[in-house]
Amino acid sequence: MKGFWHDAVEFFPILMSGVALTIIVTIGSLLLSTVLGLIWAMMRVSGIKVLSMLSASLINVIRGIPIIVLLFYLYFVMPDLGVTLSALQAAILGLGIAYSAYQAENFRAGIEAIDKGQIEAAQSIGMGWWLTMRRVVLPQAVRIVLPPYGNVMIMMLKDSSQASTITVAELALQGKLIASSTFKNTSVFTLVALMYLTMSIPLILLVRHFEKRAGKK
Amino acid sequence: MIELTDVHKSFGQNEVLKGITASVQKGEVVCIIGPSGSGKSTILRCINGLESYDRGEINVEGLKVDRDAPSIVKVRTQVSMVFQRFNLFPHRTVLENVVEGPLFVKKEPHAQVLERGRALLGQVGLAEKADAHPPQLSGGQQQRVAIARALAMQPKAILFDEPTSALDPELVGDVLGVMRKLADDGMTMVVVTHEMGFARDVADRVLFIDGGVIVEQGPAKALLNQPQHPRTQDFLRRVLHPL
Repeated sequence: MKGFWHDAVEFFPILMSGVALTIIVTIGSLLLSTVLGLIWAMMRVSGIKVLSMLSASLINVIRGIPIIVLLFYLYFVMPDLGVTLSALQAAILGLGIAYSAYQAENFRAGIEAIDKGQIEAAQSIGMGWWLTMRRVVLPQAVRIVLPPYGNVMIMMLKDSSQASTITVAELALQGKLIASSTFKNTSVFTLVALMYLTMSIPLILLVRHFEKRAGKK
Repeated sequence: MIELTDVHKSFGQNEVLKGITASVQKGEVVCIIGPSGSGKSTILRCINGLESYDRGEINVEGLKVDRDAPSIVKVRTQVSMVFQRFNLFPHRTVLENVVEGPLFVKKEPHAQVLERGRALLGQVGLAEKADAHPPQLSGGQQQRVAIARALAMQPKAILFDEPTSALDPELVGDVLGVMRKLADDGMTMVVVTHEMGFARDVADRVLFIDGGVIVEQGPAKALLNQPQHPRTQDFLRRVLHPL
């Protein structure tokens, strides 16, 4: 135990630089997946057949490819096509795209859960599609969507560790590097696990808060 | 001001409107009665384009109702609708519900709309509920807010789709009272209803609909007191004397 504290003090600064990258990757891909997911969901519920079919197939393609393969593709294949991305850019783009499919399905479920009478009432006072979405549907859908959105945040935080496979020196990769040079596997990976957990706990509490609020109505 | 000419409408195989021809004059109160599933509500929903129709034509103030044309917004701002289940926006306050259309659809000036909104809430007896949220109100109160919301659009006519059917019996009177006052003030109204007393006392004209056609129509008192068609007689007997 004494050894562990000693190691912890020693490795903490290096691991913290990994934490910084983990947070950057998570927030970056969270924002991207939210924007993309909203676009896919809007296309899906637009009532325009071409758009909704396009979005549905896109979502299925994204869902059918493992995140790690998507990352490899962006980082190793895109340069052959003339697009060179830094590891960090590829990680944010890959995770953002991968998670946009889940975000889209979540948003769509939230939108479709809104009572049809609400949409009819909006139409009956002359609102068009976009105004109905903005003023009536989306504000109500947010409440429904927030708890699962919080869960996605937690999953993204953990999945950001997959960026290590394309050399982003986030928390997991930093841990692995220290461990392989010091052989202090137990100390290092215990620390890494504790740091992920520390970041997850506020998010878990946030989800609980969202759930309470959604249940209250 | 509202003209329906030979309107047909099917849901899949089921033809719910089989050639409806009717008109509503300015200032007139028309009640539509008939058994469930006869197509009463569908007529209302076609008039403001919530539902499309297959054949025939509907005109509102000379404007053809076509739910896919941009002109539908103009139709809807002229003809308001009050729903059976109120359909108030639960995430907005009572006052915000009332001013939503004038502010965001008609883009009227803020101060003026708020003042009118408060006045309308006063008119339906709910001035003190302006800042409450709809789920905190009783059904009867919610329906009166919905009427205020319809009025706030300053429509030329209001369509009521069974406005009291979802209410507890003791709350029906408040809503009918507000509607009666509107009628007295000269509002053009088309009311789908099972309240025969309201139809008799307030309506100018009553249409009896069954199986997607107008079986009988005429002045309210005459039709309700001396129905001519056997189907009308049978329906009224069942409604007025269920035992």
